[in-house]
Amino acid sequence: MNLITALARLLVFPGLLFAVPAAWFFLWVERKAVALMQGRVGPPFMQPFFDFIKLLGKTTPLREGISGLLMKAWPLLAVSAAAGAVALLPVLPSSGGFEGDLILLLALLEVPSMCIIAAGFSSRSIFGEIGSAREAVLSVSYNVVFLLAIVSIAASQHTFRLEALAQLPASPLRWLGVLAILVCLPAKLHLNPFSLPNAEQEIYSGPMVEYAGPELAMWELSHGLEWVAATGLVATLAAPHVTLWWIAAPIFVVLSFAIVLLLSVLASATARLAIDTTVRFYWQCTLIFAVLAISSVLFMRLRS
Amino acid sequence: MNLWNRLMCTCRRRSPWLFHMNSGSCNGCDIELVASLTPRYDAEQLGVRLEGSPRHADILCITGPVTRNAVGAIQTVYGQVCGPKAVVAIGSCPATTNVFIDSRTLDGPLNKHIPVDVFVPGCPPRPDAIIQGVAKAAEILAKRGNNPPAADAAPEVVGGGAAACACNECKEVQP
Repeated sequence: MNLITALARLLVFPGLLFAVPAAWFFLWVERKAVALMQGRVGPPFMQPFFDFIKLLGKTTPLREGISGLLMKAWPLLAVSAAAGAVALLPVLPSSGGFEGDLILLLALLEVPSMCIIAAGFSSRSIFGEIGSAREAVLSVSYNVVFLLAIVSIAASQHTFRLEALAQLPASPLRWLGVLAILVCLPAKLHLNPFSLPNAEQEIYSGPMVEYAGPELAMWELSHGLEWVAATGLVATLAAPHVTLWWIAAPIFVVLSFAIVLLLSVLASATARLAIDTTVRFYWQCTLIFAVLAISSVLFMRLRS
Repeated sequence: MNLWNRLMCTCRRRSPWLFHMNSGSCNGCDIELVASLTPRYDAEQLGVRLEGSPRHADILCITGPVTRNAVGAIQTVYGQVCGPKAVVAIGSCPATTNVFIDSRTLDGPLNKHIPVDVFVPGCPPRPDAIIQGVAKAAEILAKRGNNPPAADAAPEVVGGGAAACACNECKEVQP
């Protein structure tokens, strides 16, 4: 029974069979929302699917040696880590199966970002190297806030287990943590105003500049899966606990959709910030909230 | 033709990603290409995306009369676009070198150096003619697949200046 549940989670819901179409859907929502905000009609519904299949059918330039192998490996690693992160989300309340805690989920969510940094450097393009350096700086700045927010949520609820977190009633401190995670999401998903690593007009597409064909398709897919995993994490923490799975699953999907819409509207309404402004934003403005959240949690634990 | 090939053909037709290259153009055609992505013309409805890297692109859009300096760059960029690929020559300059004909600094027209699939003449062409040219190129690319362009294939010519435009305003301006 446990094995079947685990496989169902990894492959069906919220695993690959749900996550891949959801990733395409979220990519479409992002582009469509930006188009509507600019007064355009925007791409057709199937556009991310067309792009993905087309990229699979393109040729890739011949690259020899270890760097060629690495350039093939990074996107695959990113996709598998992002898919694993999606499968960990405790959408279905029944326990057992493919289980993990918040720490594993965070580690898996961090892998695509590291792959992007490594990919930029192994492509040996100057634009790729600039993009990777920016991604590294960005990752250092938002991750402090992100991790402090997660730790404060876990400490306030006395558990790191995702299942337990999803089932416990939310405390006010948890909402503060969710807010801090939401502030970090645009940087994690490379959206405006924090779209520094893949800045199209300045450094072309940053670390992805040398990637073509199926490798680029894998990057697009891993970006889409990151969307699903990151919005799913917030939806899991924010959703009310329901025991019936056929109510829990739609609530999860609707909440994720609302977060995608919110982030896309924010992305289209803002312009890209410079790297020093971004770093200052996370280290000066946002860190205060995260420190406030974690210090109040520690204070409450000392009192109780 | 099996199912996968038919799907691939549709996807190639519906998702043309462009790379724009200037080979000594006066910038007239370049701003018209950008205008075709604005809210008024919105080429993204056809799946068009302007890419920053030739590695990501399917269709190479070249403007300008091909100066001597640009020849090497054109050949490099054409080699960097991964197959299947198509080339759209935007404006009268890459087609005929236009008013700069017989200039010592030019080495045009464009089809001396790389195979061109679609010509969009005009000085500059209207954004709707450019979109039509890109759609035509996407169709050619989907049909051709990974095969190299046939040596005797005649390039398509789309748009015809004001005569081809559906709106009545430009007929009044340019009879």
